[in-house]
Amino acid sequence: MIKAAVPVLIGVALAVLVQLAAGPIIGPFAAKLLMDIGINVILAVSLNLVNGFTGQFSIGHAGFMAVGGYTAGCITYYGSFLLFGNTQVQPGWLSHGDLLFLGGCLAGAVVAAIAGIIVGLPSLRLRGDYLAIVTLGFGEILRVMLQRTGDVLGTADEVHKASVGTLATSLGGSLGFSGIPYYTDLFWIYTFVTITLVVALRLKFSSYGRAFLSVRENEIAAEAVGINTTRLKVRAFVLAAAFAGIAGGLFAHEVGTSLNPRELGFQKSFDIVIMVVLGGMGSVSGAVLAAIVLTLLPEALRSFSEFRMPIYALALILMMILRPQGILGLRELWELSWFPKRKTKPTEKAAA
Amino acid sequence: MTKFLQTLMDGIAVGSLYALIALGYTMVYGILQFINFAHSDIFVLGAWISYTIAVALGYAAATTSPPAWESLLIILAAMATCGAVGFTIERLAYRPLRKAPRLNVLITAIGVSLFLQNVGQLKWFFGTQPQRMPAVLDDRILGSLAGVQIHSVDLIGAATALGLMVVLDWLIFRTRLGRAMRAVSHDIAVASLMGINVDAVISFTFVLGSSLAAAAGFLYAMKYPGLNQPAHATWVLLGLKAFVAAVIGGIGNIRGAMLGGILIGFIELFGAAYLSPHLRDIYVFSILILVLLVRPTGILGKPVAEKV
Repeated sequence: MIKAAVPVLIGVALAVLVQLAAGPIIGPFAAKLLMDIGINVILAVSLNLVNGFTGQFSIGHAGFMAVGGYTAGCITYYGSFLLFGNTQVQPGWLSHGDLLFLGGCLAGAVVAAIAGIIVGLPSLRLRGDYLAIVTLGFGEILRVMLQRTGDVLGTADEVHKASVGTLATSLGGSLGFSGIPYYTDLFWIYTFVTITLVVALRLKFSSYGRAFLSVRENEIAAEAVGINTTRLKVRAFVLAAAFAGIAGGLFAHEVGTSLNPRELGFQKSFDIVIMVVLGGMGSVSGAVLAAIVLTLLPEALRSFSEFRMPIYALALILMMILRPQGILGLRELWELSWFPKRKTKPTEKAAA
Repeated sequence: MTKFLQTLMDGIAVGSLYALIALGYTMVYGILQFINFAHSDIFVLGAWISYTIAVALGYAAATTSPPAWESLLIILAAMATCGAVGFTIERLAYRPLRKAPRLNVLITAIGVSLFLQNVGQLKWFFGTQPQRMPAVLDDRILGSLAGVQIHSVDLIGAATALGLMVVLDWLIFRTRLGRAMRAVSHDIAVASLMGINVDAVISFTFVLGSSLAAAAGFLYAMKYPGLNQPAHATWVLLGLKAFVAAVIGGIGNIRGAMLGGILIGFIELFGAAYLSPHLRDIYVFSILILVLLVRPTGILGKPVAEKV
C-alpha cells in the first residue's frame, strides 16, 4: 500500500506542478493537446490490461468510455443545477464544482465497471474472436440506446421538477450531450494518468500480473496450474472498463469536446486498439508512447489529414507482418538494452 | 396479416443478402479460423463499384427500365473487381501471417478494413459524399398477394442471391475444387500432404467470398439506393450483422450461414415492424449474445474439441 502511495503522491505533486507552472506558459492549444494525450494514455494503458496482459481481444473500449462519460457528465450537469442553480464552472481549486466533477468521474468508473461485468461475464467464456465481436456489439447496442435518450434539460426549473429517472435518461440523444461544465484540467488528467500507470505497472510486475500474462500465453496451461482464467479475465476486463470510464468522465468535461454517441463509436475503439498494438501488446510504457505519438501525429500531419487513416491502417498491417509484438513487445522502455551487451538481463529481475 | 406477409417478404429479401455476405465470413473462418473484418468493406466496395459503373454507363439516378444485360454486366464487373481485391488482400496481408497467432491476423484484418474504408473515402475514389444508386434494375410492382405488393427488385434480388447460393452449394459439395476446399478447412497440413495446393484453394476461397459480397452489395444498393461513404457506420454495421448471421448459423458451416442470414433478416425486420423500428441493431446483437451463451457453436455448428 505504501509502495503504491509514494509514486501516486509524487505523481499528484507533479500534476499540480504541471497545472500551475506549465498550464499558463504553454497556452490553451498546447494544454488541450496535453489533456488529449493524457486521456489517450489512460485509455491505451487500460485497454492494454485486457488486450496486452490477458490477450483477450476487446474492441469495444470506447463503449466503456461512453458509459463513464455520460454518467459523469449527467452527474456534473444536473448536479450543478441542483446544487448551484446553474452550470457555471465553480471558481477556485478543489471547489464544490471540482468535487462534484471528481465524484462524477468516480461514479462513471463504477458504472463502467458494472457495464464491464455485464459484458464480461457472459462473453469472456468465449474464445478470442467471439469476444471481439461481442464487445463490438456491446458498443453498438450502447450507441443505439444513447441515441434514443431524451433532450438535455436546459433550465434549473425543469431540472428541479424532473424525477431522477427523467434526468438519467435525458442525455441529448443523437445530437449529443452539450453544456457540460468544463472542469477537466491538466491537474485532474495527470493525477488519473499517474494512478492508471501505477496500477498497471504494479500489476504487471506482481505475481497477480504474471497470472494475467499466463492467460495470454497459454490459457489451457494456465488453467492446468490452477489459475482461474475466467475470473482473471473478468477482473482485467472490469479494471480496464473502470479506467476507461474515468477517461470518459475526463473527456466529457474537457473544453471543446462533444459527448456524442457517434464520436464514441467503434472508430474511437479502433483508435485505442491501434495505440495498444503499435506500442506493444503488454508494454505499459509502449502504450504511453503510442498514445503520445498517435495524438500528436494528426496535428503534425494536419495538411494531409485525409491520408492519416490510410497511413495508420497500413502501419498497422505492416507492423503485424514485420513486428507482430508491437514496437516494445512485452518489455518496458527502461528494460531495453540501449547499448547491446553480451549479457542481457532477464526480465525476472524487475519482478523481484 | 398484410403487415406480417410484407415483413416476411422483406425479411427474405434482406436476409438472403445477409446470407450472401455471411458465406464469405464463414468460408474464410472455416479455412483460416479468423474473422475477416475487411469482408464487410468488400461488400460496401461492391455497392460503390456498381454505382461507379452504372454512372459510367450513363445512368443517372432518375432513369428507369434499362435492358437487363447491362445490369448483368454491372453485377459481374463488381463481382470480378471485388474478387480481385479479395485475392490481393489475401496475398499481401493475410498470407504472410499464415503461421502467426490468430490475434495478429485479427488485428491485420481490422487494419485492412480501416484501409479500405479510408482509401474509399479519398476524393480519387468514392469520396465522402453520399450518392444515389441509379435504378439499374426495373423496379415495378409485379402484383399483389393478399394485399402485399411484390416488387421486382425484391424478387430479382432474392432469386439472384438464392441462385448464387445454390451454385456455391453445388461447387462446394459436388466438385473436386469444393472437396479440396473442405479438405483444407478440415486440416491444412494434412490437405497439403494429400497434394492439394493449399495456397490456391485459399486464394480461390477469398475470390469466391469477395465476389459473393460484391453481388450482395449490388443487390443491396438496388433495394436501398442511398449510398453512404465507405466508412459510414450503417454500412459497416451491415457487414457485421452478416457476420452475426454466420455465427448464429454455426461459423464454418456453409448451409448454416445461409440459414443464419435469413434468420437475421427475419429478426431484424420483424423486430422493427412489431417492436420498435429504432432498435433494429439491438435485436441482432442481443440475439448474437443469446446464441453464443446457449449454443456457442451456432445452430448448425459442431462443437470443437480444444487441443491441448
